[in-house]
Amino acid sequence: MASLNFQSLGSRIRLGRGLVLLVCGVYFAVPMAASVVFSIDDNKGGTTFRAYTELLNAPGFLDSLSLSLELAAVTVAILLLLLVPALLAARLGAPKLRPVIEVMCSLPLVVPVVALTTGIVGVLRWGPDYLSDTPLFQTIVAIQDPGFPIVLVIAYVLMALPFAYRALDAGLRGVDVVTLVEAARNCGASWPRAVFTVVLPNLRSALLNASVLTVAMVLGEFTTAAILGFQPFSVWISSNGKSDGQMSVAVSILSLLVVWVLLLLMSALGRGRKSART
Amino acid sequence: MTTAPTPVPTPAAADLGGGAGAPGTATPEPLAARSAPTPRRRRGGSRAWLAALPLLVFFAVGFGLPTIAIAIGAFTTSTDSPDGGGAFTTDNLTNSLQGAYWTALFGSIKLSLLTALIGTVVGLPLAQAVVTSRFRMFREAVLSGSGVLANFGGVPLAFMFVATLGNAGEVTKKFGLTKHGWNLYTFTGLSVVYLYFLVPLMILTITPALEGLRVQWREAAHNNRATTFQYWRHVALPVLLPSLLGGFVLLFGASFAAYATAEAMVGSSVPLISMQIGDALSGNVLVGQGNLALALGLDMIVVACLVMAIYLPLQRRSAKWLA
Repeated sequence: MASLNFQSLGSRIRLGRGLVLLVCGVYFAVPMAASVVFSIDDNKGGTTFRAYTELLNAPGFLDSLSLSLELAAVTVAILLLLLVPALLAARLGAPKLRPVIEVMCSLPLVVPVVALTTGIVGVLRWGPDYLSDTPLFQTIVAIQDPGFPIVLVIAYVLMALPFAYRALDAGLRGVDVVTLVEAARNCGASWPRAVFTVVLPNLRSALLNASVLTVAMVLGEFTTAAILGFQPFSVWISSNGKSDGQMSVAVSILSLLVVWVLLLLMSALGRGRKSART
Repeated sequence: MTTAPTPVPTPAAADLGGGAGAPGTATPEPLAARSAPTPRRRRGGSRAWLAALPLLVFFAVGFGLPTIAIAIGAFTTSTDSPDGGGAFTTDNLTNSLQGAYWTALFGSIKLSLLTALIGTVVGLPLAQAVVTSRFRMFREAVLSGSGVLANFGGVPLAFMFVATLGNAGEVTKKFGLTKHGWNLYTFTGLSVVYLYFLVPLMILTITPALEGLRVQWREAAHNNRATTFQYWRHVALPVLLPSLLGGFVLLFGASFAAYATAEAMVGSSVPLISMQIGDALSGNVLVGQGNLALALGLDMIVVACLVMAIYLPLQRRSAKWLA
């Protein structure tokens, strides 16, 4: 909409804009294109799609991907179960909660992931060091089960808090929760019914937004998993790359594309809902 | 001029920009506060806190315990030390600021300053070009693409660059870059890769501010015979300055904290504090220095806190213009 007004300022601006976009487009497109070429180059001047066709049979690929997807699903579930009631409560009954939640959801941004992981390792070391003959020791062992490391879920929920909070808060700002709940209650709806059939459907796109961002974050997360020694998707890409670089490059391109398409769909969905409403 | 409607950022841009890192935005409370009847609020108070209890408990355990572990561990001897561990000491901290660790901390700060500066300078015109683009699909594609690269790049990014500019990379082979002294696994190489997620991060951070620049300002400047350069020099840049500085600081923080890209790409061949922490955590330290990693973590948190202490006031200042 703004561009119409700019046209009167002459075509020089548009020329400059085109030039900037061109230079940056090349800068960003070259590695993408080169990676695609690399992933299908058979080093004899021909092409091969081996890296893509043999992907499903690659050792560890399916295991690590399914571990990552499980982690993502559990992380999203726990994140929403913790955050949605707290945010609704802050809107409906306890406004003093809002700054508390805001600070809690901003703190993980201040602490770099590597440092948070350091702290987690420190806590996990308490197990063998100080707690070896208490039931807590068993708990610490249990949350590090390589089959399904709960400790990673805890870390991921913390890391996802900032942007999940932002997505949900943006959604709540567009909905008058108090009036909605009061209207539902006046019509005789119980509390659970008011929340599940009135409030949550209005927050659908915000919930979807938070979930997609969280899933993408968990699928790409490397730092904590690698340092704690687990094998989800991104760690597999990295370790597999040492023996089969071509396949890891192929998987890297695919995973970036999938996340990008997911985010695009999400923004298209949000726009569709908005224009449908007005 | 003042009566004209403010350009409203698109939802996608606002969401992504916020997601990438806009902590502490003081958002005005529009409807809920005024329409809530006070008696109900008082009755619901304790129940409301009950609903928030799981989050509070989770945060206290999940975030509080690691923080305490760092705070205690950084100042005590580890269990493998001669005195059996647990005694107060400042050795961890002094060791974490000496020798190889000091080099790594310094290297991290140098890399972060350089890449944040380039990212800011490159990101601004690019963001402006994207914001003023006439094609909505293009804007959304760039903004969500930026979200992917800025937040979820990590390991895939490292592999893309190994395939492109690594020793056997396509571009390296095509142009024989190795002969010209190119090596991806160096400080320079790492900077090039870091820019690949820092420039998108800058685009996400600065886009809301650019959308807040009113068309009327530009028209007013133009009507007063200001050149484009004068408009930017005297109108746009002063308004954008807090956002730009804030973006720079945020980029510095992101670059400083980055681990995945460097680890997947160069391992420890470039000294960086995050690599050193990873090494120290895998037990790659002298006997008796088991808690050194915790002290390194503390160093990192201190730097990150400084970054936030600069960023938050700047962010609040820039929010004033975007209202």
